Amino acid sequence: MDPRLDVINKRIKDVKKLVAVSGGKGGIGKSSVASLLALILSKSGKRVGLLDLDFCGPSTHVILGIRNVYPKEERGICPPTAHGLKFMSIIFYAGDNPSPLRGIDLSNAIIELLAITRWGRLDFLIIDMPPGIGDATLDTIRFLERVEFIIVTTPSKVALETVKKVLQMQKELAVSTIGVIENMKTTDSSHVAEQVKAFDIPFLGSIHFDKDFENVLGDVDKLSKTQFAGDIKKIITNTPAFATEGV
Amino acid sequence: MHEWALADGVVSTALKVAENEKLKKITKIKVKIGELQQIDLDIFRHALEDVIRPQEGMLRDTQIEIGTEAAILRCRNCRREWRFADAMSRLDEDEAESIHFIPEIAHVYIRCPSCRSPDFEVIKGRGVWIDSIEGE
Repeated sequence: MDPRLDVINKRIKDVKKLVAVSGGKGGIGKSSVASLLALILSKSGKRVGLLDLDFCGPSTHVILGIRNVYPKEERGICPPTAHGLKFMSIIFYAGDNPSPLRGIDLSNAIIELLAITRWGRLDFLIIDMPPGIGDATLDTIRFLERVEFIIVTTPSKVALETVKKVLQMQKELAVSTIGVIENMKTTDSSHVAEQVKAFDIPFLGSIHFDKDFENVLGDVDKLSKTQFAGDIKKIITNTPAFATEGV
Repeated sequence: MHEWALADGVVSTALKVAENEKLKKITKIKVKIGELQQIDLDIFRHALEDVIRPQEGMLRDTQIEIGTEAAILRCRNCRREWRFADAMSRLDEDEAESIHFIPEIAHVYIRCPSCRSPDFEVIKGRGVWIDSIEGE
């Protein structure tokens, strides 16, 4: 018996909603969506945590310009607060060094991080997932019983094909999926929305390709004023899972 | 692994087993801790006492046996085996503390002493587990 597993659900018992932001491929904007979702929910008065589970390529701290904050040790680890968010990432322990973790090591690292982190009371814990349906995704489904997924894709056929695999797997595992977000939209095509609806999964909305987004990474004030942030706000407003009721 | 998280986990698991097995009292818990977890046994015992206190009835006078297992690492590249303790003695305080919180961070700071590869496996002394729970 592994006693760490029993403590994980205790650590998140006061978190009302666990939302994992996932997708089939890298480079489609999962971390940007997760970061901005967390930031905007927090700015709207919700108590929000952001957990970066992309151990091999953590980037939410870069997107939100989180620096010079560190977890505190108090009967476990209390995540620091940055821009109103409680934030936890492997960067606090690995620094800027690479984390060359194989499957079993990755699973153990996820278990440890979930077991030691004391989130306290939160309305939302947003989890930035690594790409694909590998160990981190399967572990998140296994260890965080109440987790719900948001799947990010781009209009690219390549990204969309992998998203179909993610959706199929989640259906088989009976995982709750809030819906799909289309990122980097450049045309009026409704192809992604139509493809998603065929899976009987809600299409949450589109984020238009924002050429200025890259230039304001790390500056939350400027990030909040981008079209990207505006599109995320619309998605939050139109998605029942983010409504005030229930959280 | 953090000592308080581990203490919390041991007590939660023991109480769950007691409920499933319809035990009135837990008499003995055997815990095994791998060296990679970097648990300070004195702090762990103190944390256990504190976590157990509110559970007095079920866990009163429960004997807790803690065993440890030394960690051995083996390079996947050149097959060299070496002791985790030797590697730890060469790390600075921050690196050692990071491994204490998340043991797999060992792969970030430790390299094979022969070929410098970070691709090694922990062949002994990883993880924490409850060997047995006895009760009546």
